[in-house]
Amino acid sequence: MGLNFDLGFGSSKKFDYEKIYDLIVIGGGPGGLSSALYAKRKGIDVAIISGSIGGQVSDTSSVENYLGIESLSGEGLVKQFKSHVEAYDVPMLDQKKVLEISNDKVKEIKLDSGEIVKAKTVIVATGSLNRKIGVPGEDEFYGKGVTYCAICDGPLFEGLDVIVSGGGNSAVEAAIDLSKIANSVKLVQRSVLRADKVLIDKLESIENVEIFIGHQIKEVKGDKLVSSVIALNKETNEEVEFKTNALFVEIGYVPNSKFVENILELNNKKEIVINEKNETSVEGIYAVGDVTSVPYKQIIIAASEGAKAALSAVDYLNKN
Amino acid sequence: MSLLNEEVKGQLKEVFGNMKNEVTIALFVSENNCETCEDTKSYMTDVETLSENIKLEVYDINNDSEKAEELNVDKVPAIVLLDSNKKDNGVKFYGIPAGHEINSFVTGILEVSDAGEELPEAMVNEIKAIDKKVNIKVFVTLACPHCAGAVSKAHKLALMNENITGEMIEAQTFNDLSNKYNVSGVPKIVINEKYELVGNQPIEKFLEEIAKIG
Ligand SMILES: Cc1cc2nc3c(=O)[nH]c(=O)nc-3n(C[C@H](O)[C@H](O)[C@H](O)COP(=O)(O)OP(=O)(O)OC[C@H]3O[C@@H](n4cnc5c(N)ncnc54)[C@H](O)[C@@H]3O)c2cc1C
Repeated sequence: MGLNFDLGFGSSKKFDYEKIYDLIVIGGGPGGLSSALYAKRKGIDVAIISGSIGGQVSDTSSVENYLGIESLSGEGLVKQFKSHVEAYDVPMLDQKKVLEISNDKVKEIKLDSGEIVKAKTVIVATGSLNRKIGVPGEDEFYGKGVTYCAICDGPLFEGLDVIVSGGGNSAVEAAIDLSKIANSVKLVQRSVLRADKVLIDKLESIENVEIFIGHQIKEVKGDKLVSSVIALNKETNEEVEFKTNALFVEIGYVPNSKFVENILELNNKKEIVINEKNETSVEGIYAVGDVTSVPYKQIIIAASEGAKAALSAVDYLNKN
Repeated sequence: MSLLNEEVKGQLKEVFGNMKNEVTIALFVSENNCETCEDTKSYMTDVETLSENIKLEVYDINNDSEKAEELNVDKVPAIVLLDSNKKDNGVKFYGIPAGHEINSFVTGILEVSDAGEELPEAMVNEIKAIDKKVNIKVFVTLACPHCAGAVSKAHKLALMNENITGEMIEAQTFNDLSNKYNVSGVPKIVINEKYELVGNQPIEKFLEEIAKIG
């Protein structure tokens, strides 16, 4: 059990529900935090609203490709990002979700806890959510053994048998982490493993892990809780049933753009369409990071896009 | 040994500076069969030093069974946050609120001290009008970044209406309970033993489930 203390509030000033902010940043991942930092340094009155500060970086066990930081836990990197922004006294509302943004000159932003906040400009940095496999039983058993957060739910399967679905870095990392908690881990992947070679080598060296490539998951079965997963062996064309207590789905991401689909232009992948200045289809609303049409979803990319969007918003505020 | 380092203590001091009224932490522990009681006690002892407005009272669930009964505490470690009139508003934590749950703990303290956030009037009226007994259990793991939000919403509802109680339950410490409620994903929200939500849901969703109670 982790007895570390991940304080989301920090020492930031209290959020003011009454005033009209120059800029509200929605999302506290690397994109959002970097936007807020840049805007504040330009003297803009900015605040952050986020579901959870850190975004996907909080769900990452270790980051090794952020320039200047050879290797650090996701949590550690979030701490550094956050304290950097806090040094500038940016108010942060944590653990709040935005349900809607109005398409007016002064944007009204509706929160899931009921409040409404106002801003002249908005940066949407809401990142992405786990993609579903889309098979029978997946929704039915969500929270009953089907899960999309290995860090959150892994501890619930101590000593039990689990399956991880996926073949990218996050799937392989999840399998490695789970092997330390669970009795057994099966990595089930439709095609081949696409993860970095260092991670695959590590996975293959772990005793309680079995890898099934070329296996496509067809169904999740169970009574009250997940009891097995059916997969098709694509080579033999035979179905196999794996007994399991959990299915950790790690097959990629879909953008968190649903709450703006009525006001912003999205592409066919549901990403917010932006131009090189991070402008969306609505004046005064900008977007950055995983939620946008910019290719390659990475921390350093989200952070640099955040800087760009903030400077764009500052330009707009100066002109209007 | 102190669980909180100096940096976190400094941040907490500042946050607790926003408290409006005194809050009493009623902590229940036991000498045996409680892996996290010692840590929870040392953590709460630290917290008490961080604000004049925070008072700690430590009870033993066996020796102080009357107090435990009064505050409806049936397992340890348990924390009940009492307001400046020492009144129980149904804001409870079962298990140590460490890891990401420090956020729901701090929010709980601020809310009970009356320094919480205000909801829009229509929603306030809807919450105040609930006239049936509602118990909200929120199962969490300490590594879950978005669980604290769900806990805080349950507590907020509890504070706003006497008929409602809200409990954080740390799933690993109370493994039997987690099994009983089939917790295999967090946050898992169980309302009156029967209505279930998974994930950090908006307050409206809590209210929808509460409306289903017969
Ligand atoms: C397991 C894993 C491992 C990874 N490893 C690496 C790696 O090693 N290196 C690397 O460069 N990248 C890695 N990535 C990718 C990287 O984490 C993302 O590209 C990056 O976090 C995107 O940043 P972002 O700011 O766009 O969004 P996110 O990090 O997704 O943050 C989104 C933020 O928006 C908030 N939010 C969402 N919806 C709402 C709403 N409606 N209202 C309010 N707030 C909302 C969320 O709470 C969160 O704070 C990894 C991702 C995962 C999941």
